[in-house]
Amino acid sequence: MSYQIPKFRHPELPVNELGYTKADYEGSISTLCAGCGHDSISGAIVRACHELSLEPHKIAKLSGIGCSSKTPTYFLGKSHGFNSVHGRMPSVATGAAMANRDLLYLGISGDGDTASIGLGQFAHVIRRNLNMVYIVMNNGCYGLTKGQDSATADEGSASKKGDPNPFSAIDLCGMALQMGATFVGRSFSGDKEQLVPLIKAAMTHRGFALLDVVSPCVTFNNNPGSTKSYQFVREHAEATGTVDFVPMQSEITASYKPGSTYEITMHDGSSIHLHKVSDSLDPFDRCSAMVALEEHRHSGSILTGLIYMDKNAPDLHEVLQTSRRPLNQLGEGDLCPGNKMLENINASLR
Amino acid sequence: MRPLESVNDFVIKFANVNGTGSASANNLFAKALFRMGLPVSPKNIFPSNIQGLPTWYEVRVSEKGYLGRRGGVDIILSVNPQSMAQDIQELEPGGYFIYDNTKPLDLRLIRNDVTIIGLPLTRICNEQYEDPRQRQLFKNVIYVGALAALLDMDFKVLTNLVADQFKGKEKLVLPNIHALELGHQYARSNFDCPIGIRVETVDKVGDKILLDGNTALGLGAIYGGATVAAWYPITPSTSVVDAFEKYARRVRIDPGTGQRNYAILQAEDELAAIGMVIGASWNGARAFTATSGPGVSLMSEFLGLAYFAEIPTVLFDVQRAGPSTGMPTRTQQADILSTAYASHGDTKQVLLFPSTPRECFDFGAMAFDLAERLQTPIILMTDLDLGMNDNMSEPLAWDDERKYDRGKVLNAEDLDRVEKFGRYLDVDGDAICYRTYPGAHPLKGAYFTRGSSRDELAVYTEKGEEYELNMLRLMRKWETIKEYVPEPEVFPCGRATDIAVLYFGTSEESSREAVDYLADEDGIYLDAMRVRAFPFNQAVKDFIDQHDKVFVIEQNRDAQLRTLLMAEFELGPDKLKSVLCFDGTPISARNIRKQILLQMPGHNVTPLRRETAASRAGESA
Repeated sequence: MSYQIPKFRHPELPVNELGYTKADYEGSISTLCAGCGHDSISGAIVRACHELSLEPHKIAKLSGIGCSSKTPTYFLGKSHGFNSVHGRMPSVATGAAMANRDLLYLGISGDGDTASIGLGQFAHVIRRNLNMVYIVMNNGCYGLTKGQDSATADEGSASKKGDPNPFSAIDLCGMALQMGATFVGRSFSGDKEQLVPLIKAAMTHRGFALLDVVSPCVTFNNNPGSTKSYQFVREHAEATGTVDFVPMQSEITASYKPGSTYEITMHDGSSIHLHKVSDSLDPFDRCSAMVALEEHRHSGSILTGLIYMDKNAPDLHEVLQTSRRPLNQLGEGDLCPGNKMLENINASLR
Repeated sequence: MRPLESVNDFVIKFANVNGTGSASANNLFAKALFRMGLPVSPKNIFPSNIQGLPTWYEVRVSEKGYLGRRGGVDIILSVNPQSMAQDIQELEPGGYFIYDNTKPLDLRLIRNDVTIIGLPLTRICNEQYEDPRQRQLFKNVIYVGALAALLDMDFKVLTNLVADQFKGKEKLVLPNIHALELGHQYARSNFDCPIGIRVETVDKVGDKILLDGNTALGLGAIYGGATVAAWYPITPSTSVVDAFEKYARRVRIDPGTGQRNYAILQAEDELAAIGMVIGASWNGARAFTATSGPGVSLMSEFLGLAYFAEIPTVLFDVQRAGPSTGMPTRTQQADILSTAYASHGDTKQVLLFPSTPRECFDFGAMAFDLAERLQTPIILMTDLDLGMNDNMSEPLAWDDERKYDRGKVLNAEDLDRVEKFGRYLDVDGDAICYRTYPGAHPLKGAYFTRGSSRDELAVYTEKGEEYELNMLRLMRKWETIKEYVPEPEVFPCGRATDIAVLYFGTSEESSREAVDYLADEDGIYLDAMRVRAFPFNQAVKDFIDQHDKVFVIEQNRDAQLRTLLMAEFELGPDKLKSVLCFDGTPISARNIRKQILLQMPGHNVTPLRRETAASRAGESA
């Protein structure tokens, strides 16, 4: 087991537009179990940020408590991070985003952190359409406390302990749709080809973007009988289609079958190409997305890919009409009305 | 029994039905007296209800300037049959009972030792007005007019006040003045005016203002530069954010673009509210939340995070009577212990205790400087009495030269200059470390904020010695904090004495008055101290050390401030004596005097009969 990251890097690691290599987006070494799905998601985040040429210091990482919430130390070491209180990351992210609208807010949570103790804050941050990316590393169990079922564990699914879960599962994508989420995607930690473009699309989306990423727990929930094991997910995942993220100004070279491809231009000028596979889903129609989710759940398969997006909904800053200049950059001159006004107020109170 | 006689010195209590518009009429009465140059202290005693339950409004008038509750009632203005039996019992012997005699008074209620004055309010209204709503609203204005005659108030002041209050709604001025005149004329033609209790115009208020503490706090947040307010509605703190929003709309919206230099978030609960404040403060904005006891309970996990991770946090706690839901519309100072040591583990939180609207404004603005300078939660402890009642106060003032103290923050240039940045490195020896805002520098200054243990470089650690070092530094920071929080106020009695009183917040006015009574009428001389912050400064310790016995006056059952003093100064139980009031009404001067007398050697009189609710309400010492 390694306990430090080797400093050696290939001398010709590719650099992005900012001149950064992928290593510039990495963090400290992971302390999660070998083979943990979460580490693959961390890797996908690193790749997505590198490929998007994001400035690391313009990203703020926020998390709650749990295995998933530890991961922000394992990527983006040059970004500020905040490992807050169990289930309360959304509120901290909301306050942070209000203070400075110019950063990218990346929330990392788990199924316990989001679907149980944090269900209320999860629902409300979606309602407000806060401009953030919210990634749930969803393994259906509580890893740090040794494998208890979580609220996203499917009914009948059995973890390593062997007892089938008697309760119905909370489908975070379905809930997000109902709460008014403006970007909903699901993926699998073992499918980077799908996950990386989805993360890039989510990061470009203005408004709340949920990525529910099934991420098997190799220690407590990767056994036969579990619906969150590597094997089960590989066998039961059904993609809505594939997503390509096309950065701003880059040439589109691939050719797509007409009628099955959407091109979505994002607010920063980049675009997403969505190649539709399923006929039953229109990802720009909330009702259709909800039906597709429910149908797949019913048939025992896991719908992955981009499930829904609405790129035109106003985000929280637009709703509140907050100043274009970040609130944390305002000083006395902008904020304090001065003694003259107090004299008028005093006069009205006599 | 001779009817009470006094000039510019009485207590009147209005007994109304909640939701009938009585509050604005009663306020008109109090404000008119204030404009006649009289110190007034109106207190709204209201139910947790929108419409129908009894509500009271007590106004103390004191030319001497005593603003606390005195205890006892000299005049009752009763328009609520539901509470009439209780109300007439509360009246001092010799007092005046003024009621709506459209229906005759229940003979069983009549007391022979008071003067009973009947005003046919309902009848006058029914004759004058067709609209049922007008009948209800003007009834209140008519009794104010009658009181003006009975107490010899300056009628011109009342009519001018009506004109001021309805500025912009001129159509309402004349009907209100007409209603005042109806009452005034009825009283003048049916009674010998004035009665034994009356007022005269004086000049005892100077440039003072009449303002509620919550509005002052909202203004303090505006002037203190708060840009993010996150909150969850709860009585009695709601009007803090209401006031913040009112003034923010006035002064924080760019007239050209409509862009707002503030964000107000109504959170889903108090946990989210304080989480938002912590997130915003972590990211360099000044942010606050306002709540009351139940909210503090919910926020306490986050308060521990902010203490341990050292994130500036401003919380206004407008206290009400607990525990649990308690009496949500009644006052207490009962969150002292739950805030001072809020959250699990070893925590200590900074508390500020304002006692006037002016101090709410000053401390409210100061809380943001302190939070950023000290990098810890600042909890401003006010209460329903101060927060929701109009209190006579020094006018608000702001020094236009004043700059915000943003504390120890490194920007990009600073980071380029420093050799090594460690978030929890005590560079200056005051145990306060430097922080950076997210996004400050492309390569330097990023760190991971966490509620788990870490070393000086903010790297996770479970090494006991690293953890201990950090906890000990936080204790050294606690010592630094004592130099920043407001000093207590001391009021020596001017003679050698070894006994004293110590109090905080809204107990001030009644305590000062009780000290005067005890000196003038009982020959007991007490030094006095008003504590204004926790941690306690050295001056508090010195004051206690200088006296043999200190009465700690507070408005809760468990003597929470006394407990805190004993714990922090390692005092035995003999030195500090308790004077308590926790019935949900503001503590009164007579009550304090009585409790101190009972604890004085030689004055230790055993009451002949056990105290009953009625006798306590009378509070005749």
